This record gives sequence, C-alpha cells and structure tokens, in this order.
Amino acid sequence: MEPLVLQPSAHTPSVNLNPTTGVCEFKGRSTPENSVEYYEPIYKWLDAYVQSPNTTTVVNLQFEYFNTSSSKCILDVLKKFVKLHNTGKEVKINWFFEDEDEDMKEAGEDYSDILEIPFEIQPIV
Amino acid sequence: MIDYLSIYEKMHDNNIMLTFKGEVTFDLINSMLKIIESRLDMIEGDLKTRKKVYNVLVECLQNLVHHIDTIDPGEEPSPYHSKTALLMITTSTDGYHVVTGNYIMNDKIEKLKDWLDEINSVSPEELRDLYKKILNNEQFSEKGTAGLGFIDIARKSGQKLIYAFQPVNDRYSFFSFQITIPKNYLQAQSK
Repeated sequence: MEPLVLQPSAHTPSVNLNPTTGVCEFKGRSTPENSVEYYEPIYKWLDAYVQSPNTTTVVNLQFEYFNTSSSKCILDVLKKFVKLHNTGKEVKINWFFEDEDEDMKEAGEDYSDILEIPFEIQPIV
Repeated sequence: MIDYLSIYEKMHDNNIMLTFKGEVTFDLINSMLKIIESRLDMIEGDLKTRKKVYNVLVECLQNLVHHIDTIDPGEEPSPYHSKTALLMITTSTDGYHVVTGNYIMNDKIEKLKDWLDEINSVSPEELRDLYKKILNNEQFSEKGTAGLGFIDIARKSGQKLIYAFQPVNDRYSFFSFQITIPKNYLQAQSK
C-alpha cells in the first residue's frame, strides 16, 4: 500500500498518511470550495488502510482553520479511525491547537465527545 | 462629478476595512480573505480574535456563495442585479463587524428566520450541543453545505445574529446579516 501525501494549499491542509509507520497527519487549513470532493481520496485510502492496518496507528490533527463543511468531512475521517479502533487495533488520536486558540481546543473536545473515544488534546509546543 | 471626497470620508469615519458589491465567486472570496488576513495581522495583536474574525468571515462568505438565489433572466427583483451581494467589514472600539446582504426568495424567509431565531434563543452550552448533534446526524445538503454555518458564527463570536428582511416585491426580499466579533478585552469582561 502506498502512502498518501497531499501538499498544502491556501485552502487545503497538508496530508501525510503513511501505512508503514501507521502515522496519519493532517495539518493546516481546510476551507476548500468543495470539501467532499477534496476528502474523497482520503476516505478511499483510509478504507483500504483499515483492511490491512499497522499494529498501531497514530493520528495527528493540527488544524489552523477549518470551515463547517470540512468539519463534517473531518468527522467522517475520524470515524474510519474509530472503526479501526473497534477492531481491537491500537489507535491514538492527537488533537493539537495553537496555545490560546480555545475554539480549536473545543473543536477537538466536540469530536472526542461525538466519537466517544478519548483524544490527546494538547497545545502545540 | 460625484462627491468622491465625501464617499471617502464616510468610509474612513465608519472604519471600513473592506467593502465589496458584486458577483461573489470562490476566487473572489479567497482574494478577500487574503486581504483581510494580512490586514488583521497588522492591526489585531490578539491571536484568538484574529482567528475568530477569519473563521466567521469564511462562514459568512461561504454562506453568500452557496445561498445566493439564482434568478431567471427577465425576472430581476429590482433594477439591481440579483446574483450580486454586499459585503462589508468594519472595525469599532467594540470589535469587528461583518455585514452581508443578498437577495432571497420570499418563500425561503420563514425557514431561515426560524433557524436564526432558534440559534439566538439558546445558551452557549445548548448551541454547542446543537452543533454536535447536527455535525453527527445530518447529511450534507445538495449544495455540499453542512447546515452549521450560522451556529458556527454564533459560537465563535459569542454574539447574537442580527438580521433583517426587506421586501423587494412579491417574490424577493433583501436579506441583511450582521455579526460582531468583540475585541479580546471585551470577551474577557463578558465572561
């Protein structure tokens, strides 16, 4: 399985999904015109990864901004990791926020609540 | 000649950071966001406030581009072009104000008004629960929107949504929307 690497743009995050290390990173902004279209290849990749995952998976989410249509896509991405977690695999979700950015901290708490899975929510050092 | 000096002075006195009237496209939105972001970097020292303004602006602009009503040619609601919208960003000692204006079909007013009133009537905790509920349960609309824009604007700003519908004719009205993002020292006081 090949890694999925997407370069960041002014409206989309950098994405780095590595099947060998099990580290999946999302970083930056997500305010694309069409969020569903943007996230489609990510969903596909994750569906394949869930079939043959690493022993442990680490998910690092470090968003600067995201719009509300991306918020739904991010939830769908996270649901795929929860699915993996429910198969008994070790999945660690780290949610990073810029110090003082309480809104981004709350966003992480909201996702953790909805998914009923603990996140490591921490300021960027 | 038009008195441009008085227009300039009015814009200056109202602390207008940016004003736009015209057809709204994604490319245009992105250019405006870029301008505002660099302006905010210069004038607003507080990261939290900068991010709130940017976030609220993103949602306001995306609301505009997704919800401007398409009106058939020959059925213009008024001499003014129907697909165009108004955007204004101003500052005051209270905070940053984002104003949008666009045409809306009359039969869509009630639903929108009920939604805005509902958002205005609930507590911050209830608003957060409502956000989570919609985020988790609702499907995307045909336009690819999540139905969360106005809730997000209310949550990030911590303010009530101010709006008005001005009738244009029996089919169309003009929808004006205003939100204020308080400056940080005021956010602290209100807690």
